[in-house]
Amino acid sequence: MADLALNPIERANAARENVNTVVIPQLTEAFANKLEQIPPTNDQIPQVWATPDSLRAVALWLKDRGFAMLVDVAGVDYYPKRDPRFEVVYMFRDLKTLGMIRVRVRCTEKQAVPTLSDIWTMADPAEREIFDQFGITFKNHPNLTRMLNPDDWEGHPLRRDYPLRGPRALINLEMPADENRYHGFVDEESKDGK
Amino acid sequence: MQLSIGPHHPATHGVLRVILELEGEIIAKAQPETGFLHTGIEKNAEHLTWQQANVVIDRMDYLNPLGNNCGYCLTVEKALGITDRIPARATVARVILMELQRIASHLVYISTGGLDLGAITPFFWGFDIREQILDIFEETTGQRMNPSYIRIGGLAQDLPANFKEMVHKFLKETPGRMQDMRNLILGNPIFIDRTRGVGKLPQERALALGLTGHNLRVTGCDYDVRKYYPYCGYEKYDFKVPVYHNGDLNDRIALRFDEVDESLKIVKQALDNLPDGRHVIDDRKLVLPPKEEVKESMEALIHHFKLVQYGFDVPAGETYHAVESPRGELGFYIVSEGGNKPARVRVRPPAFYATYALSEMLPGHFVADMAGIIAGIDPVFGEVDR
Repeated sequence: MADLALNPIERANAARENVNTVVIPQLTEAFANKLEQIPPTNDQIPQVWATPDSLRAVALWLKDRGFAMLVDVAGVDYYPKRDPRFEVVYMFRDLKTLGMIRVRVRCTEKQAVPTLSDIWTMADPAEREIFDQFGITFKNHPNLTRMLNPDDWEGHPLRRDYPLRGPRALINLEMPADENRYHGFVDEESKDGK
Repeated sequence: MQLSIGPHHPATHGVLRVILELEGEIIAKAQPETGFLHTGIEKNAEHLTWQQANVVIDRMDYLNPLGNNCGYCLTVEKALGITDRIPARATVARVILMELQRIASHLVYISTGGLDLGAITPFFWGFDIREQILDIFEETTGQRMNPSYIRIGGLAQDLPANFKEMVHKFLKETPGRMQDMRNLILGNPIFIDRTRGVGKLPQERALALGLTGHNLRVTGCDYDVRKYYPYCGYEKYDFKVPVYHNGDLNDRIALRFDEVDESLKIVKQALDNLPDGRHVIDDRKLVLPPKEEVKESMEALIHHFKLVQYGFDVPAGETYHAVESPRGELGFYIVSEGGNKPARVRVRPPAFYATYALSEMLPGHFVADMAGIIAGIDPVFGEVDR
C-alpha cells in the first residue's frame, strides 16, 4: 500500500508536513467556525477540535481525502477540570501516505454525538463501549446497550467521579445496630495502661 | 432456531458468548457478546502511578504481556520526551523479548486452533516449543507470564549472563520443529478441506471492521506497524511482512507460520547486535538508583524515597503510540494532566474489533466451522474485555 522504500522517519515527517500544511488548512476552510486546530503534543500527531454537529461531515470529508482507516474511538473524562467534561477522540489514518489526524469532540452527558457506525462498522462496538463506560450517548446508533458491564449496572465506571471500588464504596458502613455482633479484630489498649 | 454458545464453551477460547440464529445447520445471523472477563484495567491504571500501571497493563493480553509492557512504556516515554535517551541495550533486548513473545503467542494460536479442528498432535508439539521460550523468560525476568520486565526507561534488571546462549540454543532447534509442524498442519488434506474458503472477508470490509494484524494481512494489505511506523529500531532489521490474498482461515494459519520464521530472523539479527552497556536510562528522576549506592549516598536515598512514594510527573497532554502485537495494532492513547498518575489510559485492543467482526464472518457457515473461525481471529479475552 504505502511506499516502504523510503526512510520511515523521513516518510513520517513528510506525511505530518502534508497533513499540517495541506489537509488541515483545507479542512478548516471547508468547515469555518466549526473547527479549530490544536497545537500538537509530544506525539506530533496533528489534531483538531470539532463540534458534535459537524463530526459526520468532517469524517466523510476526511474519508474522501484518503483517511479511510478509522484507527480508534476513545472516550476521555476531564472532570472536574473542563466544563464540557467529556471528549470523544477519533483517530484517522491515510494508509497511502501514513498521515494521521486526530479529531476531538467535546460533549456533555446530555449532548449526543452523532454515530459513525454506518460509515465504519468498527465504530459500532467502540461507541457502545464508550456509552457503557462514560454514559455518552450516540445519536442514531443501532444498538446502544452496555457491553462490558452487566445490563443492570449502576453508573458509568470510567468517569472520574466514579469511585474505584464502585458506588457501594460511598455507603458509609457504620457499626451494626446490634452492638453485640461487633468484635474488633485487634484488642484495644486499655486506657489506664494495664 | 436460536442457539446461544458460550460463555463457557471450550471452543470459544475464553469467555465469549455468541448468539446464533440457525437455519438448519447454517448460521444465518451471529451476535457476539463480550464483557465476561471485564476487570476494569483502564480504571485501575488511573489509580496507580505511571510505573505501577505497567503491572495491570501486563494482565491485559495474557499471551503477549511483554508486548503490552513495551507498548505502554514506549507511549509514556514519548510523553516524557525521553525516547532518544533509552540505551541501545534495552531497545535491542526489548525487540528480542517481544519477538520471542510473538512466537510463543503464535504457537498457542496454531496449537489450540489446530485442536479446535481436531488436530491433537500439533498441540503437544507447539506447547513443547513454547515451553522453551517460557523457560528463557523465567530465567531472564523471573516470571513465565506477566513479568512486567520492560519498564519506563528501560528494563527492570540486566539480562542474565547465559541469555545469549539460551536464545542461540532455541534458534538452532526451532526452525526444524516449526517445519515439522507446518507440514503436519498445512499439508493435511482434512485440514485443508475444513479451512479453505472458511471465514472469508474482502479487504474493504476488513478495513471498515477495524481489523489489523494477521486478519488484515490475509486480505492483501501489508499493514504492519513494525514497517509502517517503526519503533524500537525495527527499521534496521531485515524482515518481510508476509501477505496472503484469499482472506480465509487457511491463509490466517499459514501466515502465522511465516510470521514465526520472520520473527526468528529478527531475533537472530538482534542477538548478533546486542550491545553492552546500561540496561536502563541514566536518570535518577525516573529509575531507582542501585541499592549499594542507597546505603551510602544521601542523595540516592532521597531519589529512592521519592520514586517509591510519589513516582514521577509526566507533562500534561495526549499521546498515541501503537505497537504490533501478535493480534494486530495495539495502540495506547494516554492522557496526562501533569500528575504522577495517568488521567486516562485507553487501549486500542486489536482482538476487540476482530471479535465484533465475527457477526460478518460467521453467517453462511456451518455451526461446526464456528470453532475454527473463532480460533482463526485469535481473540484473547483479557484484552477484549480489559
